[in-house]
Amino acid sequence: MDYFLELLFGGLTRGSIYALIALGYTMVYGIIELINFAHGEIYMIGAFTGLIVAGLLTMLGFPGYSILIIAMICAVIWAAAYGYTIEKVAYKPLRGAPRLSPLISAIGMSIFLQNYVMLSQTSDFLPFPELIPEFEFMKGMGSMLSSSEMVIVVTTIMVCIGLTLFIKYTKLGKAMRATAQNRKMAMLVGINVDMVISATFVIGSSLAAVGGVLIASHIGQINYFIGFIAGIKAFTAAVLGGIGSIPGAMLGALVLGLTEAFATGYVSSDYEDVFAFCLLVLILIFRPSGIMGKEKVQKV
Amino acid sequence: MDQQGFVQSFLAAGCENFAEALKKSALAAVWFVFLTFPIMVIKVDTIDKTVVWRWENMAYIALAVFFGSFLWRWMLARKELKKDEVKQETKVESFLTMIQTTPAIKYTLLVIIGVVAAIAPLKFNIMGDKFQLFNLYQTNIMISCLLYIVLGLGLNIVVGLAGLLDLGFVAFYAVGAYAYALCNMHWDIGFWYMLPVGAALGAICGVILGFPVLRLRGDYLAIVTLGFGEIIRLVLENWGEVTMGPSGISSIARPGFFDMKLGVIGSTNYMYYIMIGMVLFTIFCVNRLQNSRIGRAWLALREDEIACQAMGIDKMKTKLMAFSLGATWAGMAGVVFAAKTTFINPASFTFWESAIILSIVVIGGMGSVRGVIAGAVILILVPEYLRDFAEFRMLLFGAIMVLVMVFRPQGLISAKRKIYEYKATKTAGAPNE
Repeated sequence: MDYFLELLFGGLTRGSIYALIALGYTMVYGIIELINFAHGEIYMIGAFTGLIVAGLLTMLGFPGYSILIIAMICAVIWAAAYGYTIEKVAYKPLRGAPRLSPLISAIGMSIFLQNYVMLSQTSDFLPFPELIPEFEFMKGMGSMLSSSEMVIVVTTIMVCIGLTLFIKYTKLGKAMRATAQNRKMAMLVGINVDMVISATFVIGSSLAAVGGVLIASHIGQINYFIGFIAGIKAFTAAVLGGIGSIPGAMLGALVLGLTEAFATGYVSSDYEDVFAFCLLVLILIFRPSGIMGKEKVQKV
Repeated sequence: MDQQGFVQSFLAAGCENFAEALKKSALAAVWFVFLTFPIMVIKVDTIDKTVVWRWENMAYIALAVFFGSFLWRWMLARKELKKDEVKQETKVESFLTMIQTTPAIKYTLLVIIGVVAAIAPLKFNIMGDKFQLFNLYQTNIMISCLLYIVLGLGLNIVVGLAGLLDLGFVAFYAVGAYAYALCNMHWDIGFWYMLPVGAALGAICGVILGFPVLRLRGDYLAIVTLGFGEIIRLVLENWGEVTMGPSGISSIARPGFFDMKLGVIGSTNYMYYIMIGMVLFTIFCVNRLQNSRIGRAWLALREDEIACQAMGIDKMKTKLMAFSLGATWAGMAGVVFAAKTTFINPASFTFWESAIILSIVVIGGMGSVRGVIAGAVILILVPEYLRDFAEFRMLLFGAIMVLVMVFRPQGLISAKRKIYEYKATKTAGAPNE
């Protein structure tokens, strides 16, 4: 039972992180129908920015909690800036091009960002300072549920609620929904579509950066390659839930996280990543629109 | 356009005047300095508690972006202008067409290339002087370049002709390589027997992957094939009893030549000629395929899947053919790769290998044989000769992929369809005007 609970909490933590990254995928896909391959790299850049800022602040002798908050804010700012710039440089000139072109451009961007971080930092694993201190009140459950896992899950829930409210009630959120439905019509009723697309990239990147800092401090080490696998898995989660749908991405991420945790716990830990890929292939074959997605009628 | 006009239009491209362009560039420089500040300037070591500040990087970025943004805007403006113009051949393109259409020049060039390629790795004694075009090292590089040409042409069938974005191409390459390595290790089967077997295995795997993903296309297909490639790699890495895991399989036999014993130089040269033969064979096959019924069906499928079905093309058969034929070349290339390096491990079959092959196809020009060859030569040979930039290789790959897509989506050498022009003569009843 203890083992089961441990796996359950582990799965929830994984699922939360996947959800934070998957939201970015699903939002971008919902609006411009592009798989932003570089999204995983933005998560990685968020984690690196967090590491650099946290390292600087630790040396300057800041207290624990403020380091976490400042590092998080800096990571969000820079990741958002990267997301914005990537959209402007690699995707915006390709609006209206055949579908293959922006996808290849996105893969190129992803390769570029990985090597950029590798060359300017290092290719080694870097230790990430533990930003989330152990809590006192978790003594009974402490062996199964660490405080950082708890922070991750709670933060994700808060972010998801906040995002849902944002999309539902704010003016920008409404504009985003309108653009996702029909870009041309949105433009006709006076929505600044370019601005909405940029905003989507900025919000998605910020969420990825939050996930990056949290998971890096949980695992304790990062390198330039972490974005690739995380990106693929988050994409799997987004597809699982039905790409383009925000609640779908959260659900899909949870399903993926739990599947992975139980599969590695009870089957084999060697094939950790294989389970996610197999799940992805199976889902795409049997239900390409995902759990909560709608079947799309193909237009000629 | 006169000289002055050109300079002015270059400097103020996309802006009202030069002052505004200057302002824009300065802003871009400031923005990129901000963007790259934490990653490029600060390097923190959390164990030794040291910080390295690299301010010089900031200056490089500022300068590069300031001047680069002029170029960027100018290129974008030029692209916009070109959209409106009637499509005209550029000078390079018309030069290439001229070579293509004049048989005398075309065949002389082919003969020259053929002779140079044939004698390149050999050593000659001309009047006491040792003369050799390629030394051992260069021959080796040429072999890998030729290998990438074969791989690129294989992927070109799937991506360029049929328009199916396959990001797991390296899986078939791995299948071929491991098939040869394992058969050679356990049963001592030779290279020449395994070459067709590797091709067949590749084709079978292509069908196996093709079947479940027939319904998918575009982005979904890309992700599934990527997942498939990663599954193969992870299995190779973890299935230790069969594949030897991450340590790989070593001392794989080189190809034999009628029981003759070949030294290192001899077998490298032999490998080189095998590759030349294979490239010629591939080009021949791809050319024939392109103009065949199935090739035209691929092109139709790439352009519009639904219209294509309406015209009575069997979508399933056509897609499976594309997958399996593409995979055939990968399987063969895998066998050659294992024989060439005599050592393989899963590290040779990562996603980045797929990305390199894809960028060869994309940068060279999707669907064009000459384009793929040019792409492989540029992307494989140039980094080898610019050893100093070796570590920047993948960075440049990424940047070039983005830039080519933004400014020249059809690649360096775009595919050309055969066009038959109908010229009415007066005697044969010219159309009334």
